[in-house]
Amino acid sequence: MIDALLTDLTVFALAIFVGYEVISKVPVILHTPLMSGTNAIHGIVLVGAMLVLGAADSPITRVLGFVAVFLGAVNVVGGFLVTDRMLHMFVPKRENK
Amino acid sequence: MSPTAIHAAYIVSSILFIVGLKQLSSPKTARNGNLTAGVGMLLALAVTLLDRQILSFPLIFAALVLGSGVGAVAARRVAMTDMPQMVALFNGSGGGAAALVSALEMAHIFRTEPRVPADAGVSIVLGALIGSVSFSGSIVAWAKLQGVLGERATTYPGQKLVNLLLLIAILVLAVLVVSNHAGLGAFVVFLVACLVLGVLAVLPIGGGDMPVVISLLNSFTGLATAATGFALHNVVLIISGTLVGASGTLLTYLMCKAMNRPITNVLFGAFGGGPAKAAVGGREAALQGATVREATVEDVATMLGYGQLVIVVPGYGLAVAQAQHAVRELADMLKKRGVSVKYAIHPVAGRMPGHMNVLLAEANVPYEELYDLDQINPEFERADVALVVGANDVVNPAARTDTSSPIYGMPILDADKAKHIVILKRSMKPGFAGIENELFYDPKAMMLFGDAKESISKLVVAVKSL
Repeated sequence: MIDALLTDLTVFALAIFVGYEVISKVPVILHTPLMSGTNAIHGIVLVGAMLVLGAADSPITRVLGFVAVFLGAVNVVGGFLVTDRMLHMFVPKRENK
Repeated sequence: MSPTAIHAAYIVSSILFIVGLKQLSSPKTARNGNLTAGVGMLLALAVTLLDRQILSFPLIFAALVLGSGVGAVAARRVAMTDMPQMVALFNGSGGGAAALVSALEMAHIFRTEPRVPADAGVSIVLGALIGSVSFSGSIVAWAKLQGVLGERATTYPGQKLVNLLLLIAILVLAVLVVSNHAGLGAFVVFLVACLVLGVLAVLPIGGGDMPVVISLLNSFTGLATAATGFALHNVVLIISGTLVGASGTLLTYLMCKAMNRPITNVLFGAFGGGPAKAAVGGREAALQGATVREATVEDVATMLGYGQLVIVVPGYGLAVAQAQHAVRELADMLKKRGVSVKYAIHPVAGRMPGHMNVLLAEANVPYEELYDLDQINPEFERADVALVVGANDVVNPAARTDTSSPIYGMPILDADKAKHIVILKRSMKPGFAGIENELFYDPKAMMLFGDAKESISKLVVAVKSL
């Protein structure tokens, strides 16, 4: 039990540094796509939602699990699509001549 | 699929997220970066479906299809000006999902185990707390941005005390639950209290401070996801949640720095609350009686058309007037005449970090012409005209000189150093900080009153006929 917790904490601590390093290199002009992109990434909680809904065994847990998966899916799909839409506008355009 | 294989796939997903974020460091690779992260997400979701813990699939698929549909339609339809609201809603969805996952884990533990294990208990309580605050806080932020609630800060007497007591009650309940002194009932009360806290915490924050709030809520949802990962011992949740937490925290810090206000002042200061302070500082009092110079469209067109360098300073008013396309048209016209045009973007020019860049990119302004504060400030001296469109506090020289001003110390765009300053504005109404702007009274400054979009369209015509 303690071993698992320590492993988790190690991963957590390292991820803070990786996150800081990677994110601080993102230029100011891309901060909105950065935010909506990371927004999509935290939609990964959908993985957890699918696991709890899959294991749900009573009506109330099924309902709540269903809502969790629904919200997670909105977050993931909406987040990635809207980020793509924005980044498309930042792609250098070729002269249309 | 064996748990080991699933775990390995989760590690690959995490790597793809990190690589994707890394590709966001340049506009050229950014779109691929988002795609890379998307592939990581697909992989994580696909292997999760192969997990043996999952007993029934129909409900999962139904919820996935429904959620994806809603997300896709929303993402496709949203206008770029409404991006902060959209991000707030997606953020709230993620926070809500994290809170629900935590709640269901807790319910599971209550049913199957004699005691709540300390490590799982703490992570669950944290995930539920941060997730629900993020959920309800994001909805309030959305309502404020959308104009449903009014942009102003909502304040009432004893507000801070109420919030503090609520927070203490939440922490007490959390300790009781984790230490096995209270059961499911207390946990439900705890959840409700967290939701209320999210609402009460965001209410006293004004519209102009939303870039900070959105960044902070983004970081919250990331941390809630990471906490959920601790509860489920799931490595991809911990890594991605932490990445987002780091990103949100960094952006929060940058936004606060751009306004030179500590985070505590943004969150608890109720900035932009009531009307402007009755007691006017000495410098502001000196402005009363001063007059502004009003310009005609023709004057401004001549100054722009025969200049060498024009720096456009866009503010949120430009977005409100939907003038970004008109501005680009004007810039094209000027460039044809050999005038160089640059855009000076203040970090808090929009309603979320980097918002103004997106709005201008949508209007096909090449990103090479967008400059941030440090890049553009030395150039104002050379500029023939600083064209201020719907910006106010971010060009107020009081931030440099007037120690009694609420915005003193905030980094500003040095528009006052340009040879001429043209300010497009609806009226003399003060900006978000509720203070007068002495730039308007500068002898080099001229005001062009009216709707920004109309004024700029008129300027386009006038420049054309020069």
